[in-house]
Amino acid sequence: MKIDKNTINKIARLSRIKLDDKESEDYIKDLNSILDWVEQLNEVNTENVEPLSNISSSILPKREDVSKDTNSSEEILENAPDKLEGFFAVPKVVE
Amino acid sequence: MPKSSLKQTLQDLESKKISIRELNQDYLKRIKEKENLNVFIHFSEENVLKQIDNLEKDNSTKKLKGIPIAIKDLFCTKSMPTTAASKILENFNPTYESFVTQKLLDEGSIFVGKTNLDEFAMGSATNTSFFGNTINPLSKENEPLAPGGSSGGSAAAVAADLCLGATGTDTGGSIRQPASFCGVVGIKPTYGLCSRWGIAAFASSLDQAGIFSHNVEDASILLQSIAGFDQRDSTSAKVDIPNYFENLDDDLNGKTVGIPKEYSIDGTPMEISQIWEDAIKVLEKKGVKIKNISLPHTNYALPTYYIIAPAEASSNLARYDGVKYGFRSEEIDSLDEMYENTRAQGFGREVKRRILIGTYVLSAGYYDAYYLKAQKVRKLIADDFNKAFKECDFIVTPTAPSAAFPLNEKQNDPIKMYLNDVFTVPASLAGLPGISIPFGKDKNNLPLGIQILGKHFDEQQVFNAAVSLERSYE
Repeated sequence: MKIDKNTINKIARLSRIKLDDKESEDYIKDLNSILDWVEQLNEVNTENVEPLSNISSSILPKREDVSKDTNSSEEILENAPDKLEGFFAVPKVVE
Repeated sequence: MPKSSLKQTLQDLESKKISIRELNQDYLKRIKEKENLNVFIHFSEENVLKQIDNLEKDNSTKKLKGIPIAIKDLFCTKSMPTTAASKILENFNPTYESFVTQKLLDEGSIFVGKTNLDEFAMGSATNTSFFGNTINPLSKENEPLAPGGSSGGSAAAVAADLCLGATGTDTGGSIRQPASFCGVVGIKPTYGLCSRWGIAAFASSLDQAGIFSHNVEDASILLQSIAGFDQRDSTSAKVDIPNYFENLDDDLNGKTVGIPKEYSIDGTPMEISQIWEDAIKVLEKKGVKIKNISLPHTNYALPTYYIIAPAEASSNLARYDGVKYGFRSEEIDSLDEMYENTRAQGFGREVKRRILIGTYVLSAGYYDAYYLKAQKVRKLIADDFNKAFKECDFIVTPTAPSAAFPLNEKQNDPIKMYLNDVFTVPASLAGLPGISIPFGKDKNNLPLGIQILGKHFDEQQVFNAAVSLERSYE
């Protein structure tokens, strides 16, 4: 078993997702079965194979390095769950 | 009433046989009648009427002027909320327009509403949506069927004739599989043909926008409208977009079709093998050379996909933190708690599952064993296609391993659900264009789809083969 209670807690913490005990148990089961299933990739010989990260055949375009002043702070804040004087507001982070 | 085509409707509007208002009122009426299908997450009659008013005042000629189009609720739209079918974006009103929807607006189309999908496009049945299931319009009474997914709402919108075309996105089959389930045409173009700008990201190296329509001609018209280079998407391709519709040519004489032996898999229903054979016979009669090809790494496409897609998703979905937009939990005693509770309450089960898997395969100590390994196998899968396309002009396979299944089936076993994408995922990993067209029915009279795959940016060949098969079937 690759995923145990400790591992699921660690991954959940890294993902910033709180899990209750029932969920943790379900995900331990799900993740183990998925990881067992993807194990079959080990049958494939990938020695000297370059990893493929971008399928696009086109060359990344360059743009001119110029600054733009759009002053869109109001627009950006429009959907914020909480805002204060032109800033995003979050719970207090320093004591 | 027979479903009218986009092409026919454009002619009818041109000749003033019908007005934009009459046309759209007809669609509005049907949308209201079919509310029980839960096709739309957002629909507002008032909004549609406003668009009609505006177009009536507009004297310019526009290619899609007045054409009712449904938009998958993954595309950001200024005039309507955008949710990605997630609670975490329940009240999100984009302040910008996606590239694809802007193109459709520029050409004068009318957005009838935002269609339902699997949450963040993660699913194959449109049953992971925060806003409930969509019902396949082909369901019999008391026997609701899934429309496929993730673009199930868009496929259903076309199948129920609630629009003349719809946008979708396809990461591993999310256009082609629901098109097959709902008996409509669905095309996923080459990766990079349509800009991803303004589409809520799932797996950025795979996500691609595309089209649902009643027939291949309509798809060729609409795809041309949404394709094109956009500097805001770094993977957008600088290629000339042909006039697919004008260039449509159903004469396939002298072409070669590849038939990959690895797509004959155990457990595929007889009827699906049968329509595949039928399609090959039709092509043979049209003078197409049949070439048996091998794509040896096909079996490994699904596990490869289910490492790469969740890995990219875990990174893309990190942005939903309850700070900048969307839902924020009420339980926020500290910043960390705000993040953890917001994401716990804002994401559904499948999305969390994929974030957790993705986080695991990218985490220290496992990256090489899973993510890097999957990227290497992806290279081999792409190479398989490159080799195959030296010997053939296009490839024909079934679209999905089954017809539409009952709602809620396969819900509890993620791997069983993932198998829906067995025929669509390989081409996604290779970034190739693929179309699904209805081709035959199963014993319950449900539609089955045939998939045609082409070379990179050879959408024209894909359309030509599709229109040829479609015309022979009609």
